[in-house]
Amino acid sequence: MAQVSSIAEEQASTPLSPSKSVTLRIARFNPEHDSERKFMEFTIPYKKWTTVLDIILEVKKYFDHSVAVRYSCRQATCGSCGMKINGKPMLACFTKITELDSDVITVEPMNNFPIIRDLAVRFERLFESHHKIKPYLIRDDSEITSNEKEFLQSPKEVEQYIQFANCIKCGLCNSACPTMATDSSFVGPQALAQAYRYVADSRDKGKNSRLKIIDESHGIWRCHFAGSCSQVCPKGVDPAMGIQLLRGYLLGFRS
Amino acid sequence: MEHRDENKEGIGGMINPRRYGIERVAYLLMRLSGLGLLAYFIGHIYETSLILKGEVGWSEFLELTQTTEGHVLLAIVIAMCVFHTVNGIRVMLGEGGVGVGKPARPDYPYIPASQNVKHKIGIYSAIVLAAIAMLYGLGVMFGE
Repeated sequence: MAQVSSIAEEQASTPLSPSKSVTLRIARFNPEHDSERKFMEFTIPYKKWTTVLDIILEVKKYFDHSVAVRYSCRQATCGSCGMKINGKPMLACFTKITELDSDVITVEPMNNFPIIRDLAVRFERLFESHHKIKPYLIRDDSEITSNEKEFLQSPKEVEQYIQFANCIKCGLCNSACPTMATDSSFVGPQALAQAYRYVADSRDKGKNSRLKIIDESHGIWRCHFAGSCSQVCPKGVDPAMGIQLLRGYLLGFRS
Repeated sequence: MEHRDENKEGIGGMINPRRYGIERVAYLLMRLSGLGLLAYFIGHIYETSLILKGEVGWSEFLELTQTTEGHVLLAIVIAMCVFHTVNGIRVMLGEGGVGVGKPARPDYPYIPASQNVKHKIGIYSAIVLAAIAMLYGLGVMFGE
């Protein structure tokens, strides 16, 4: 009991950081009846650990509930709250106000995705591209039908792809990609990185069919290794590395 | 219409070098130098074709390169040529999987291995060598 009270005293004696305020500019646009994007400004108090998503939700709660934003887990796991924050694609739940080092925060919908409304965008194309590269193990047998209990892998074999299995399909890489800024048919860094994830998996037998899918004019060859996709990835997937390694298979440097 | 529907940044976003570090600057310079060298190549073919008009036509056009504007243009061509070559070698090696790092379990703060020091040195080297070559070219042309 004495221990509990000492913790309580310690917490009470911890000085709270004085609350500061930030100007949040939210892009408002409804493609069904708006001709152009408008910005609404709100002054919101924040503390050291306040995230961009927190202040957007403050706006929804106390100022304007009609702001459209997609979010779910609030811990950079679901990949729902991707948006452009001060010009760069980021996850709103994973971006603290303090790390932006600005008194004005502008949030806009991600580029290269059709806008549903305000900050919410459509993901159909990303999921189509993801599905196109066959994001599953391809082989004739399965762990259920095989005599083996499971398809064993060494830690070294797992290392080859585990980084790319961290993808949460948030779409930030596709939003930052300079090729996607102009080419509507480009398959995109997200799908290409996932193609590498399965090609590099020692359990997978579908390498040739997968390489055939991406070996086209709007496929892997439209990547120019600008690396912006890797810089914005919130999970350390490094799509640029995956794409270049994948290209190594097509160029005969890897087998 | 499709451009607006997909909320694409277009060419303005593609060539914006301010948001993603030196790699995106290299991407822009590579594109610009590529287009510049293509334009020079077409002009060069036109220039050499003038020999068909005889020595007078050939000499008249060649005199254009002896002006101040001609010297500056040729110096820019030298810079574009050197940058495109050096950075092109870096990009080709990277696209073959050389120097882009090895896959590994990522640790926070997730610094991408493909954007490593080797590539940054390659980009800065291309810029510095292009500047040196251009200055040397200017020295030779204006020092005549």
